[in-house]
Amino acid sequence: MGDLLSLDFMRQALIAAVLVGLAAPLVGAFLVQRRMSLIGDGIGHVALAGVAVGILTGSMPVLTALVAAVAAAVGVELIRAAGRTSGDIALAVMFYGGIALGVVLMSKSTASSGNLTGYLFGAILTTTSSDIVVFAGLAVVVVGVTWVLRHRFFAVANDEEYARAVGLPVMAYNIALSVLTAVTVVVSMRVVGLLLITALMIVPNATAQLVSRSFRSSLVWASLIGVLSAVGGVVGSFYAETPSGGTIVLLAIATFLVVSVVSGLVTRARRAAHERAERHDHEHGPQCGHQAIPHDGHIDYLHDGHRHAAHKDHYDEHDEHPHERPHDDHAQPEEVSR
Amino acid sequence: MTSTPLIELRSASFGYADRKVVDGVTLSQGPGEVIALLGPNGSGKSTLVKGLLGLSDHLGGDVKLFGTALAKFRDKPRIGYVPQRHSLSTSVRVTVREIVETGRLPLRPWWRPSGAADAAVVDKALDAVGLRDREREDVAALSGGQQRRVLIARALAAQPDVLVMDEPTAGVDVANQRILADVLARLAERGTSMLIVTHELAALSDVVTRIVCMNAGHVDFDGSPTAYAAGHRRHELGDGHHHSPSADEREPGLAAIVTDALPSREVRRG
Ligand SMILES: [Zn+2]
Ligand SMILES: [Zn+2]
Ligand SMILES: [Zn+2]
Ligand SMILES: [Zn+2]
Repeated sequence: MGDLLSLDFMRQALIAAVLVGLAAPLVGAFLVQRRMSLIGDGIGHVALAGVAVGILTGSMPVLTALVAAVAAAVGVELIRAAGRTSGDIALAVMFYGGIALGVVLMSKSTASSGNLTGYLFGAILTTTSSDIVVFAGLAVVVVGVTWVLRHRFFAVANDEEYARAVGLPVMAYNIALSVLTAVTVVVSMRVVGLLLITALMIVPNATAQLVSRSFRSSLVWASLIGVLSAVGGVVGSFYAETPSGGTIVLLAIATFLVVSVVSGLVTRARRAAHERAERHDHEHGPQCGHQAIPHDGHIDYLHDGHRHAAHKDHYDEHDEHPHERPHDDHAQPEEVSR
Repeated sequence: MTSTPLIELRSASFGYADRKVVDGVTLSQGPGEVIALLGPNGSGKSTLVKGLLGLSDHLGGDVKLFGTALAKFRDKPRIGYVPQRHSLSTSVRVTVREIVETGRLPLRPWWRPSGAADAAVVDKALDAVGLRDREREDVAALSGGQQRRVLIARALAAQPDVLVMDEPTAGVDVANQRILADVLARLAERGTSMLIVTHELAALSDVVTRIVCMNAGHVDFDGSPTAYAAGHRRHELGDGHHHSPSADEREPGLAAIVTDALPSREVRRG
């Protein structure tokens, strides 16, 4: 790694990888929550038209791509808010119109076809350092804004009607999230590529869902997995001489597969080891009369000589030495709780 | 606190776009009152509460919240909304506490992180619904009745002056309905005002101080639970009135006590 970091372009590439690996899953978490996982892909299609315009007119492709992507992002939210049944078709026209326009315009420019591939699938090692500076600045803004607004994005995605009823500016937050998605897509296009960026927004979140018990921890896990995949993919692509985008995404998917197998085994083991208490007419609480015993960060209630602890929608049997009890009869608990 | 009504409707109409679902309703709720808003499906009771929250359109008449005209009312967190949700399962993992914490958001500017005071109010809201010991559970793993209490806690977290609930007991089994009714009774004891849209008066009969019954967009009964039991008995018998809207609801026995003079109309659904 030491000799890698001595290479100028490699240092740049790694900085870009860390920022993209952090920003993409962070923004993606809210897209997953809103069940709009693939929207980044559509916005990426439109960004390609922006890139082509930039190349043709000799201006900075990053800026023209940004303008196109942000316009598409606002368009997506306006179409969604209109709530028409034809909304899907409007989105399809916009997204495929974008990528078709991009490809046609690119063919009219002097840029080689390798250039097009670089935008579609990522080519971090050929990115100029002035571009990297712009990307880094934008990525820092995306991460900062998303982090500050994360509770509000969460609330709006969780229950839009409630958010509106209590006076949160729902439309503004939806547009803000959409614009952050657009900026992330553009920032990531040289590292992961327009066609692959959505994978880096979504797959680390899918993995994080398997290991976290709260939305908060899933954000942290997703960002961590994103950064590791992005850095690992850039380093791997250098040694294996493979494109950075594909390598990063394959790494993220491999992580997902390994974690899903392991978490499946852990879940099964946990289910076998936990013992459900008998069904109750009341729920324990300060007023119920059963003695409360603080225990390992939670509260047990003493009930007819045994202890109950809240778990999911039922109570578990607990005692002072939980691992010394046999857990034979917890295999068929499902019916008892209903 | 003054004695300004919390909610005051005078010949108010609500609906969607140009379609009036609630027409000419006059109603006022004072502090400490717990009103059950009854009526068959499509009678407009949900549209009415949604109108108060700005979720359906205000199409006519006067509506005042805490003395302020609806159009000028900005202090929305004063109304604690408990929506009807069949399930809280989400596409991502969310804990009970994370849902309840969202109730605090409208009370602080976007740039201010939550503080110790917010956490203390969330603790209290969780205690009020008896879910403190399950605050770290995935909401999707809870029973339907427990999920309903999560939504009540979220509304309480905003420290509202009135709770507006849409069918809190619908789809909840009897044991959990009793726990839910206990929670509401404790809130009522503390003086919490509530407007509860419901089909199942029986489950909440100990809590309710007043009954308003709607049919076909109009109020056809407004009075004490005793008066309701005596004079509006048809509504209770077999609960037929509240579960299956049908033509035979407007028989003479009912018409005699209908307070609204407008001619009856088709029962609208939705
Ligand atoms: Zn107990
Ligand atoms: Zn027991
Ligand atoms: Zn259990
Ligand atoms: Zn325990």
